[in-house]
Amino acid sequence: MNLYLWLIPILPFVGFLINGMLGRRLPKALVSTVALAFPLAAFGVVLRAAMLAWPGNGNFALPYVENFAGSWINASPLHIDFTFALDQLTLIMLLVITGVGFLIHIYSVGYMAHEEGYWRYFSYLNLFLFFMLILVLAENYLLMFVGWEGVGLASYLLIGFYFDKKSAADAGKKAFVVNRIGDFGFLLGIFLLLSQFGSLSFAKVGDGLTANPGLHGGILTAIALCLLVGAAGKSAQIPLYIWLPDAMEGPTPVSALIHAATMVTAGVYMIARTHGIFDRSPFALAIVAIIGAATAFFAATIALVQTDIKRVLAYSTISQLGYMFLGCGVAAYSAAVFHLMTHAFFKALLFLAAGSVIHGLGGEQNMLKMGGLRKKMPITFWTMLMGIIAIAGIPPWAGFFSKDAILYEAFQHGTLGKALYFVGLVTALLTSFYMFRLLYLTFFGEPRADAHNEADSGSSHSALHTSHLEPHESPWSMLAPLVILAILSFVGGWIGIERFGNFLSPVTGPIIDPALEPGGKNLDLALSFVAVAVAALGWFIAHLFYAKKNDRAKNLATASGPVYGLLVNKYGIDEIYQALIVVPVTFSARYILGWLGEGAIISGSAWLLAGITGLIGEFLRRWQSGNLRSYSAWLAAGAAVLLIFGGYFVTGTWLGSHGIDVHINWAGR
Amino acid sequence: MWNDVPSSWYLVLSALLFTLGVFGFLIKRNLITVFMSIELMLNAVNLSFVTFAHEWHAVKGQIFVFFVMVVAAAEAAVGLAIIIAIFRARNTLNVDQIDLMKL
Repeated sequence: MNLYLWLIPILPFVGFLINGMLGRRLPKALVSTVALAFPLAAFGVVLRAAMLAWPGNGNFALPYVENFAGSWINASPLHIDFTFALDQLTLIMLLVITGVGFLIHIYSVGYMAHEEGYWRYFSYLNLFLFFMLILVLAENYLLMFVGWEGVGLASYLLIGFYFDKKSAADAGKKAFVVNRIGDFGFLLGIFLLLSQFGSLSFAKVGDGLTANPGLHGGILTAIALCLLVGAAGKSAQIPLYIWLPDAMEGPTPVSALIHAATMVTAGVYMIARTHGIFDRSPFALAIVAIIGAATAFFAATIALVQTDIKRVLAYSTISQLGYMFLGCGVAAYSAAVFHLMTHAFFKALLFLAAGSVIHGLGGEQNMLKMGGLRKKMPITFWTMLMGIIAIAGIPPWAGFFSKDAILYEAFQHGTLGKALYFVGLVTALLTSFYMFRLLYLTFFGEPRADAHNEADSGSSHSALHTSHLEPHESPWSMLAPLVILAILSFVGGWIGIERFGNFLSPVTGPIIDPALEPGGKNLDLALSFVAVAVAALGWFIAHLFYAKKNDRAKNLATASGPVYGLLVNKYGIDEIYQALIVVPVTFSARYILGWLGEGAIISGSAWLLAGITGLIGEFLRRWQSGNLRSYSAWLAAGAAVLLIFGGYFVTGTWLGSHGIDVHINWAGR
Repeated sequence: MWNDVPSSWYLVLSALLFTLGVFGFLIKRNLITVFMSIELMLNAVNLSFVTFAHEWHAVKGQIFVFFVMVVAAAEAAVGLAIIIAIFRARNTLNVDQIDLMKL
């Protein structure tokens, strides 16, 4: 019996190869078939593995390890295997990636139907799945890093999918460069791990930690912080979150798959995977929690005032990832992964529904020009409503359970945890507000689409759709994934954090179970009640402001003046980074390295040598005058010099004394 | 008599002739004169060869002189032919104008 783990990433890779190499010449239907069949097959393999290896079935002991090709890198002390491993955490990730990923593939068939480069899109999408599956299947840090870099590449390719549009190409570059900063931290962490434990295998590092129960802080803090930098880059946390909003330049299904459901959760996955190190460093854990809570709040405030529907969702994603980091930071890894899973459902749903709206409006992304779409796009409306309720945290939708779990764990985590709990609570209020604001602006009220044809708004979705003046419901290939995800967003949390935590506990360690704490059940209930009340409050405020046409929002914006401006400008973070980092870096690149380093020193020395040679040549060429007498004069001079100095060098004396000793006898003999 | 003239005088004469040849070579503009100066230098060397051969009673020097004279004759034949060719082509024998080989 074998679980065929290697098949899981290879199948999408085959899809990538076929579509990437032959897709241009294949008919569209065949491209879609290939692009859908291979992820579906991978999903099938994952399902089979899940059924066979489900804890309690007893067929396989988790973690189940598959090793390939003996050892991958073997350089005396360094020994790294090409190994995949399956455990509970990987299983959850695999199910989310292949399941949600496959749904988004289906959706893409409808969404991208009229796009140029259809085959290119799907080959990239399959490539992304390949790398993401490598990332979660890897049994050591290096292989994980391979997947980590690979998803970065796929993300870059897909953000810049409309590469002839400058903003999209720039956004791709920005994502790549910002991620590179994070990856550098990850790499440093890997090096530190290697020097500390002598191995990069998760199991061996775990053994190393168990063998040294006294090892706390110090080097582990350094490793944890380096890994955190990597995680913050990939998962768009402060201070490296800036690439994610710009990543919305890519096609909407890409935003759903890569920049909401899967890739951006890699940081959370990584922290959960390496939690043994974080557990030994309370300082690093506190940093994780603070970054998470700060990001959650910060991004939520920006999302309050965004008008681009995808940007709202992008900031909301950053905010939700902040929740997951908060969960990790209070050592509630399974709660973080729980939120990761439910978030994958409802955020993919929200993005896909937003994509459906954009598709129906022919590329319009500005919410101020939407409105009144409830009747015209009923299925999109209802499914999106499911997603919004889920993210707002209203029971019994999925988001409630996972967010509640994180907030509860935070509340139980000392003074810092209580402070962060309140940040999380305020963020929940903001989340509920901006999501219902999105709902009201998009689907309720009067249609404000009068100007949407000429208002290009830089929309990426094809111009072909602008012929559809009337908003229309999307095709079934797009609606079916919406419905499935809506159902998942509804029921996804019912498993409950206790069962989910127990399931994951072999990997992520136990969580604080409310049922086992004195008074825990009551506290849990109270906190849930507060959270729901806060969510309802957010809904109520959004209802006041946006349900009916009124001036309240505008008045508040005018009244709050500078604060509103600050939020609209996203706190000017991009500008600050531009001034503090981009400008000095480009300055030093252009002037210090470019002019001084390359221009003055490297080119300069080459030019100097060439110039000296040229000058000498310029001088010497005058010797070759063609004038016979000047040649002979030089010849004579040369001969004279040789006679005098050469004689000196041979005989050691100057002319006369010994060398040529001529005595003229004037007197005759 | 031969023996009354010391060898050093021959050498001095040889040096004088050679120097004359060098300066003639450098100063004169006419190609024929330059050519004659070369012959003068060759013969100055010949004279010193003979002098030393006599001084040290070595016949090698005298044999060498014959070689030099043979080569000088051949050189004169070729050289004069070249000079005639140059004159036909350029209508001048001024060495300052014969400078086609410069850059």
